[in-house]
Amino acid sequence: MSDRQIHAQALPRDARMTRKQFISMFGSLIALVLLVVLMSALKSNFLSGTNIRNVLRIASINGLLAIGMTFVILTGGIDLSVGAIMGCAGMFSAYFAQNSLGYPWYLGVLVGLGMGLVIGLFNGINISYLKVPAFVGTLGAMSIAKGMTFLLTNAKPIPSLNATFKEIGGGEIGGWLPIPIVIMAAVLLLCFILLYKTRYGRYVFAVGGNLNAAHASGIDTRKITCSVYVISGILAALAGIITTARVTSGVTSTGDGYETNAIAMVVIGGTSLAGGRGRLWGTIVGILLLQCLTTGLDMLAVNAYYQLIIKGFVVIGAVMLDGLSSDR
Amino acid sequence: MSLLEMKGIRKSYYGVEVLHGVDFTLRKGSVHALMGENGAGKSTLVKVIAGIHRCEAGEILIDGNPVTIESPSKARELGISMIHQELSPVLEMSVAENIFLGREPDRMGFLDYKQLYRQTEELLAKLKIPISPKTKMKSLRIADQQMVEIAKAISQNAKIVIMDEPTSAITDREVDSLFQMIADLKAHGTGIIYISHKLEEILRISDEISVLRDGANVNTWHANEVDNETIIRSMVGREIKEQFPKTKVPITDTILEVKNLSRAGQYEDISFSLRRGEILGFVGLVGSGRTELMHSLFGLSRPDSGQIFLDGKEISFKRPRDAISAGIAYVTEDRKGEGLVMPMSVRHNITLPTLNWLERKGILSRRREDQVVDERIKALEIKLNSPKQLVKSLSGGNQQKVVLAKWMIASPRIIIFDEPTRGIDVGAKAEIYRIMCDYVSQGNAIIMVSSEMPEAMGMSDRIVILSNHRQSGEMERSDFSQEGIVQCQFMYM
Repeated sequence: MSDRQIHAQALPRDARMTRKQFISMFGSLIALVLLVVLMSALKSNFLSGTNIRNVLRIASINGLLAIGMTFVILTGGIDLSVGAIMGCAGMFSAYFAQNSLGYPWYLGVLVGLGMGLVIGLFNGINISYLKVPAFVGTLGAMSIAKGMTFLLTNAKPIPSLNATFKEIGGGEIGGWLPIPIVIMAAVLLLCFILLYKTRYGRYVFAVGGNLNAAHASGIDTRKITCSVYVISGILAALAGIITTARVTSGVTSTGDGYETNAIAMVVIGGTSLAGGRGRLWGTIVGILLLQCLTTGLDMLAVNAYYQLIIKGFVVIGAVMLDGLSSDR
Repeated sequence: MSLLEMKGIRKSYYGVEVLHGVDFTLRKGSVHALMGENGAGKSTLVKVIAGIHRCEAGEILIDGNPVTIESPSKARELGISMIHQELSPVLEMSVAENIFLGREPDRMGFLDYKQLYRQTEELLAKLKIPISPKTKMKSLRIADQQMVEIAKAISQNAKIVIMDEPTSAITDREVDSLFQMIADLKAHGTGIIYISHKLEEILRISDEISVLRDGANVNTWHANEVDNETIIRSMVGREIKEQFPKTKVPITDTILEVKNLSRAGQYEDISFSLRRGEILGFVGLVGSGRTELMHSLFGLSRPDSGQIFLDGKEISFKRPRDAISAGIAYVTEDRKGEGLVMPMSVRHNITLPTLNWLERKGILSRRREDQVVDERIKALEIKLNSPKQLVKSLSGGNQQKVVLAKWMIASPRIIIFDEPTRGIDVGAKAEIYRIMCDYVSQGNAIIMVSSEMPEAMGMSDRIVILSNHRQSGEMERSDFSQEGIVQCQFMYM
């Protein structure tokens, strides 16, 4: 308690990074490195090319959600509907990518992304213009998206998809680089530029840091707030399309529970749920940390139920570390 | 025997010592004022007493017994209560619930609301604060919230009450009732540590005055053996010749004209004009509608009726963006609430309204941003370690300069200053005044809302007085008189 207050006071006199700030900044990264070292000591094939590729491929799905979630959480919001959007977009894209319908492969992709955009916009308008709290607004959207997913085929899976469409999830460039990893890397690069190199990104931080000051500085705060849900929706849809293409059929359970993982990854990465404070590279560390942990525990054949318990402690521990060492 | 005695108090933050062995003594039933520029160590010292910080060396005696104050709750046990500079009420709760937070009266384990409201009503009546105990905190004005905070501290029957800038947000009338309370407390043997930047106040109510500079004692006097200049001199270590560096600036054509502007419940039928080179003061009690009027001039709210003309053309602002592009800037009275994005760096705060100028093909130019920010930091002499520093780590005076820097880049023609020097130390105040004078000398104009009479009279060319949401007078600089202005303030009360 008193430590935190002292810390805030100390800054004007001493801008060097204190040990606590260092832990707050790099704690998750250090944990990730330790985990990788530990796992590669226990399992020699943990650092093999195949395994790294495998970890990254799975991480790219969660990663897309977590990147979108980072934008949302930076504005001080939350998006609980990403898992449901993922399922909904996946199902709709599968529907239009069925071999029996004979549409070109990209129609499924466009429809899927379109669903993400529409639901994201629905969230954004509700939250920014109609003043629905983000938690409630996206909780409602989650239910709506889920319902649409079931309605589409009466909850039956959609098998036999267009071959090109399936490449989005299962394809590899040059026979070794999975396409989902390429998509994820491209999105990541784009989002880095957007968040740190453009006016838009600065406004996202400002809106989350102090809505009133941002408004008084001439920023269209409602538009910014609305837009982050659109980004989150589209990225969730992209994750849904990739997953559907990977499993080669549309299933209604796609994305179930993924919102909690996404939030956990952002939070492990040091982004504050209060908004205005956070970093995108932290989210990447969060994504990798959780994914390495899952894969590692799988390789060690740890019981799946224990895995849940361990992951729960990791999430809480990471945030505790951040909370104890930050000045807020 | 002294009520409180502190000897050789040392305190460091991460190896940097900020209190270098400070001594301080408080007698029973007296007011001991603590003065010094921002960063002199006043707040740190009282936070040591209140248990918020722990000192590394030194002795603290209460009634002659050595004590360790390791936490705020220990401080409360020892009979110490503190009124903080930054208010922290629970806005969703009522006045009564706030005052008795953490020590609510109960009956058999259940909250006794009847008792709670009755006790609060008695307390507020005794202190002559005209607020209902059931009012929600959030519906009160800042000044009233401050009075509630003061009532809360007093209700704890503390032996030692620390007041950190208690009058920074309240009006003269409320200051009078605060001083009445202080007199009562003194009569009951309470010792009061009083921090303020306002010299008149300090001289009016203090028994002793101590000045700190750079974390060390400079001087302690009895209040009746010291004057303004001596105090200021020992605070800054140099003499400040002129507090208001008002320069003669030619006042030319009208730039802004407001006709019969009204907004229900906030201000009524306001008309005035503003000319180039002019500083137009707005004076009125808190709640007279000053800030609300300024909000409308900046597009933060919309008037119900009336007209605003800029350069002879009628305009209406839907949002701040419209006002900014018309060349108007607003330096708010509420830095924390609407002036700055606290978790952001100084650099990013400064460029926030003008980011579109730093773009090339949609990408922000880091080099140009650094350049613009460095220029402003130099021009306004903002004291910091690095522009990357978080703005919340700066002192009040430097934060205010960051707000100024942010607007100066937009090169507005009119700046609205709402309480330009609230919570700022003497040295920084003089610098803000100098910046204001420079600004109008370039053919720009300023509207300045001020609660401090010397500031309003010292800086304005003309003053418009508001009383109870209405315009009650307008005076030219040559006609300024404190009595006249105060009379106008109470005209429609």
